[in-house]
Order: sequence, then C-alpha cells, then structure tokens
Amino acid sequence: MAVLIMTTRQQVLVLYLATSALDTQVVGWANYDGTGREFHMAGDNDTAPYKTGLHALQDGWRLIQANPLTTHIPGNEYRTDYLKYEFFFEKMVELSAEDLTA
Amino acid sequence: MTNAMKNEPSADLLRLSSQQMAEFAARGFLRFDNVVPEALNAKFLEEVGHVPLDEINHPMEHYGKVMASSVIPVIRPGTKLHDVYPTESAISEILNLPLVNGAIQSLVGAVPIFDHHFLHITFPPQFYGESQQKSQHYHQDSTIDTRQAFDVQIMYFPHAVTVDMGGTRFLPGSHLRIVSEAAIARYQNIVGQQRMVCPAGTLLFLHMGIWHGGGLNQSEQMRYMFKIRLNPGERQMRLWDSSDLGNEHFEQRPIFWTGNDGGDQIHQTLMEPEPWFEADTGRLELMNRVRFWRYLLGDNTFDADYWLTRVEREFD
Repeated sequence: MAVLIMTTRQQVLVLYLATSALDTQVVGWANYDGTGREFHMAGDNDTAPYKTGLHALQDGWRLIQANPLTTHIPGNEYRTDYLKYEFFFEKMVELSAEDLTA
Repeated sequence: MTNAMKNEPSADLLRLSSQQMAEFAARGFLRFDNVVPEALNAKFLEEVGHVPLDEINHPMEHYGKVMASSVIPVIRPGTKLHDVYPTESAISEILNLPLVNGAIQSLVGAVPIFDHHFLHITFPPQFYGESQQKSQHYHQDSTIDTRQAFDVQIMYFPHAVTVDMGGTRFLPGSHLRIVSEAAIARYQNIVGQQRMVCPAGTLLFLHMGIWHGGGLNQSEQMRYMFKIRLNPGERQMRLWDSSDLGNEHFEQRPIFWTGNDGGDQIHQTLMEPEPWFEADTGRLELMNRVRFWRYLLGDNTFDADYWLTRVEREFD
C-alpha cells in the first residue's frame, strides 16, 4: 500500500494599496513562494497580480497583517518615505513527496 | 595628479530649459537617448578594456583586469570634476558635449564636485552555471539624505541595451521620499516603474534619491553602464536657462473648477501624479515638489495648485 506523505508550505503575497481600504487599487507588490515552484525577483513583472486587495481575498489569499494607521509626528507631517498601505497575505499549499524530492 | 584633465569648465554648453528642470524636479530624472556619438561609444569601450566574451574566464577576474588597466582613474571624493578625467579620454569628451556639459552645469553648477564613479559590468548567464541569479533589489543609493541640495548620478549606456540585458530599473517620482538605502528591498514591483531599454550613447541623469536597481542580464552579451555621482559646487538656484519663465508662471491657476485651460505647462508638469502615488501621500508628493521647485527658483512664494499657500495661511 502506497504511503501518501503530505506537508505544507507558505506562499506570501505582499500588496501595497492606494489607501487603507482593501478594495482600492494595487500600486506595488511582492511574491515569495515557499513551495519553490515559482521564483520571483525585483522587476520581474510590470502588471499587478490583482486589481485590488479584495480581489486577492476572492482568489483565496488569507490576510495575515495590515499596516496600522499611525499619528503623524509633529514636524514630519509632510515627509514621505515608505509605501504606507502594506498588506501581507498567505496561502498554505500542500506538497506531495514528489514535490519535496523534485 | 598626472592624468587629470585640468580643464576649465567648457563654455560650449546647452543649458536645460525650465520645462526640463521642472520634469527633473517632478520625476527625478532626465533621459537623453543616443546623444553620445557612436565613435565615442566605441572609444569608451576600448578604453575601459572591453574584450570578447570568449576571452573572459571569470567575472571577478575580468573586473580585476579592467580596474587595473582601464583609463578610468582612481580619484578621491571631493575632487573638482574638471580635475578628474584625462583630457583625451572618451569620458572627458562625453562630459564636454554641449548637451551633457549644459545639463551638468544646470543641475550641479559650473564647478561640480566628484563623489565617485563605477563601471558596472553585468555578465550573461553562461558565467553563472546552475546558480540562481536575481536582479538587484530596489534601493536608494548612499544613505538617508535629508538635504534640499541634491547630487546627480549620471548613467552612461555605451551600447544598445535590449530588454533581456536587464537595464537599470527605476521608479519615476520616488526621489523625494526619505528612506534608508535597502530598506525598500521588499518592494519587488511598483506600478509605473521603468527600465532602461535604449540605443547606444544614452545618458540618464538621476536625482540621488531615485529608487532603482540593476536588472538581471539574460542575454548573451555583457552589459556596461558607467555611473558618475556629482555633488553640487554651488547653491542650486536658477542654474539652468530660466529665461523662458514668464510672469504667468508665478500666478496661481484655477483649481477644481478649471474650465478647459490647463494653465502653465510647468505647473502641469509639477502637478502630474505618478501611477504609484497613494491617494493621500500623493498630495504630499505634490507639496514636496513645490517645495523643491521653490528651492530651485529661490522663491519661497511660488506655489502650484495652492497646496502650500493654503496650509501656510496662519495668523499669530
């Protein structure tokens, strides 16, 4: 009798949105694939994977972290720095023994 | 100094226009395609030690040879630019092209200060075997820099760069964001990013703050990019040809209920958002552009679309 060995790996999708609302458009993104099936790097795509954060949810991504809204530091109200609306999503993907030995 | 060119600043120059300066202020770059003559491109490649791929054993070994033998001098930062390059060298001739000389003097003054230079050579996949290569992360050069004064980085592409050669990627309009070098590495892709695909002899002038990264060379040729960083030698105020600034430039144009008149072209340029701007901080970017333009004009009353005047209307 064959023994089916299953394990899981995490895929991470980071979306940067135009506002704090999940249903606003994606302005930046990053992918990290713990399954090893896909390799992503800086500048590898000019087309966003989803139109909005909500579209990612509808495609099965689980939201695991969102940037909080923070008070503006007096004197620095007009300074801009890092992208402000960062949302981390994950998918847990099952791998087979075949995947693990590939 | 034996090899230095000891040139006086050339009088042969074509200064930037106000419109070009406004584009630089708004987007953080100016690109000039195919402005270096082919003969100079060939001379540059010969001087830096370009050889056919089959004569290269290993990238680092080749870099070592190039560093030891090329005409690119080893120079201390803080040296006047005019004392850096041998007079007869291709680089010196390129810097003295009227357009290039004019752009440099418009941006960092008549006597710019040399910061550093580097010849970036990106090798094709055949040199890396099975090891996984990747592009360079987004970063801002140097470190946190809060000055209004600015350095420029000149990128020179001596040969045609195709898509698969992985030319420099950069994000227009990112230059006014105050970040810490590779802290932005997490951002793999941003809407509106550009990458250099260009003919030979193209120059890209970048504000020091622009977010950028080198691409992965997936072609069958080496890719060269020579970068020079320059500091300003004087206060950067109206160093360009500002004779085209009319009185209307200093007037507010109507906002929101505007009719069909777009108003002054430079106002339009300064107020044109990038596709990656966030809804709220995009407005801060516009305000910061106005602040930057005020600095360049030397006029603290200038405004575009009333962004600063509104929040400055305060009473004791």
